Amino acid sequence: MAVTILIPTPLRPFVGGRDALELEGTSVGELLERLTGEHATLRPHLFADDGRLRNFVNVYVNDRDIRQLAQRDTPVKPGDTVSIIPSIAGGAAASVGAPHAAPLPSNAAPAPVLSHEEILRYSRHLILPDVGLEGQKKLKAARVLLVGAGGLGSPAALYLTAAGVGTIGLVDFDVVDKTNLQRQILHGTSTVGTSKLESAAARIHDLNPNVRVEPFETRLTSENALDIIREFDVVADGTDNFPTRYLVNDACVLLDKPNVYGSIFRFEGQASVFHATRGPCYRCLYSEPPPPGLVPSCAEGGVLGVLPGIIGSIQAMETIKLILGVGEPLIGRLVLFDALKLQFRELKLEKDPDCPVCGSHPTITAPIDYEAFCGIGAEPTYDGVEISAQDLKDEWSQNPDLVVIDVREPHEYEITHIDGARLIPLGELPDRLGELDGHKEIVTHCHHGARSLKALEILKAAGFSKVRSLRGGIDAWAVNVDRSLPRY
Amino acid sequence: MTLVLDPRHASAIRRHGEADYPAEACGLIGGAVEGDQKITVQVVPLVNRRTDSARNRYLIDPDSFRHGEERLERDGLEVIGVYHSHPDHPAVPSAFDREHAWPRLSYVIVGVSRGNATELKSWVLADDRGSFEEEQITNEERKAVWQ
Repeated sequence: MAVTILIPTPLRPFVGGRDALELEGTSVGELLERLTGEHATLRPHLFADDGRLRNFVNVYVNDRDIRQLAQRDTPVKPGDTVSIIPSIAGGAAASVGAPHAAPLPSNAAPAPVLSHEEILRYSRHLILPDVGLEGQKKLKAARVLLVGAGGLGSPAALYLTAAGVGTIGLVDFDVVDKTNLQRQILHGTSTVGTSKLESAAARIHDLNPNVRVEPFETRLTSENALDIIREFDVVADGTDNFPTRYLVNDACVLLDKPNVYGSIFRFEGQASVFHATRGPCYRCLYSEPPPPGLVPSCAEGGVLGVLPGIIGSIQAMETIKLILGVGEPLIGRLVLFDALKLQFRELKLEKDPDCPVCGSHPTITAPIDYEAFCGIGAEPTYDGVEISAQDLKDEWSQNPDLVVIDVREPHEYEITHIDGARLIPLGELPDRLGELDGHKEIVTHCHHGARSLKALEILKAAGFSKVRSLRGGIDAWAVNVDRSLPRY
Repeated sequence: MTLVLDPRHASAIRRHGEADYPAEACGLIGGAVEGDQKITVQVVPLVNRRTDSARNRYLIDPDSFRHGEERLERDGLEVIGVYHSHPDHPAVPSAFDREHAWPRLSYVIVGVSRGNATELKSWVLADDRGSFEEEQITNEERKAVWQ
């Protein structure tokens, strides 16, 4: 009858996955020699280089610690059970007397190793004195979160991928749409209709298979933002709406993460780096969002396709500078770019001591309700004042006196229009009310149905009572009524 | 190997790190190994047995380890990892961590800065004991990693 040796979980892979072995021997020392003789890879985990049993390896004979017995000379007899039991130790600093390791910056993992393929791939970085092997390893160890895989997220993701950022997190829940392709160069014609994350992951993998993509196919919300952002070193904000932008800002301030900001509209863009411990945050710049509807989104206002390429690339550049710790980050400065003049301007940003999130007496200490903050829940409801495209078609054919007013801009009218509709751009409507007959049924329409509701308010305020707005605008008309019209 | 750690377990580790700040918090991670994933099922907080320098040291003594392990075994689980906090230090293993590490176990470290948990990372000792390698952490909801 032999002695049973119980093997703890972490060592089982070294003995073929078994949890217990039967061995012959008369002392603990003899058994352990036999054990590590048969399973050589186990030896360094039990014994230090000088042959002593490592101090965190505890050996018990039946229920007694051999340190209280005769150490390795403790005798064993057939039928005994010898257990190897871990004690687990560690701690933040190097042990006293040992060389003291300087604390690493928070994003520094121990330097990862670059493969031959990576060394070749990044050679133009490696020969740059400010990047070099060390910088490239920092990039590989870095974790960057891109909020939005759209206009700004596309160039940012591509350049960060190409640069060899080790892990890129992507937050988006949208599907690739044909109208995205004019600027969202991460996606392609072949991925229209698939999820943006899947499309992005495939493109990133093709560009640089060394990059790991962590997809978050969700809307960033007050509930999940801290958990998602916490896991990353730098956040690049490529959102297209104010609630999410304030959420990203507040979460980054609360977690002490740098937030590389960019935004675009038509021919102009802005970029900055917000890092509350080193400078102002987005709220110091814009304490309140604009009233809903005042600033049109790209879908409503349009955007020059190259513009996000420039602003998103600035975001990628600033992100890389932060990771490498080189140059002067865009902290405390707002860059304004005007594409038509090809002009960059720079504004100095000051930290607001009364900022509700990063000031000296913050009132925001956790994510809030951003939809309410941005006044989005407070929008008036339009029950009963809207008409669907199909209903409009039916009613119009019954009542040819019905007046359909197109409140879009003349250049949109040129793209496509509903036959019989009368063009009165929203901005001209207040001055052209005299052209309308208040006794007739009026239906306003625009591209997607937002501006026509504003037109409706103008008409109602002027005393027109029989007014409705086409729900979904000309786009709904093109889908449901007249498929010969192009969509844009 | 990838460590599957859902947000509930990650936040339990963070909260323990915050509660014991400025001392180091520690505990066991129980679960199962399935294919190339270590799946966390239970987190077992333990008392840091270092009283002399608990701000930068932790110890799970053999008795605590054995009791924790027995508790997990009753649920059909095994020890797949250990967690501890680094008060005012990054979530990166120290040389001391490496010298005392067991192979194959996930060493989850949570940084706690001025009382607030920050980053959480997992590390595994290389077989030659020469270095710690960062281990990917994923969670069930985010299981799909397209590569």
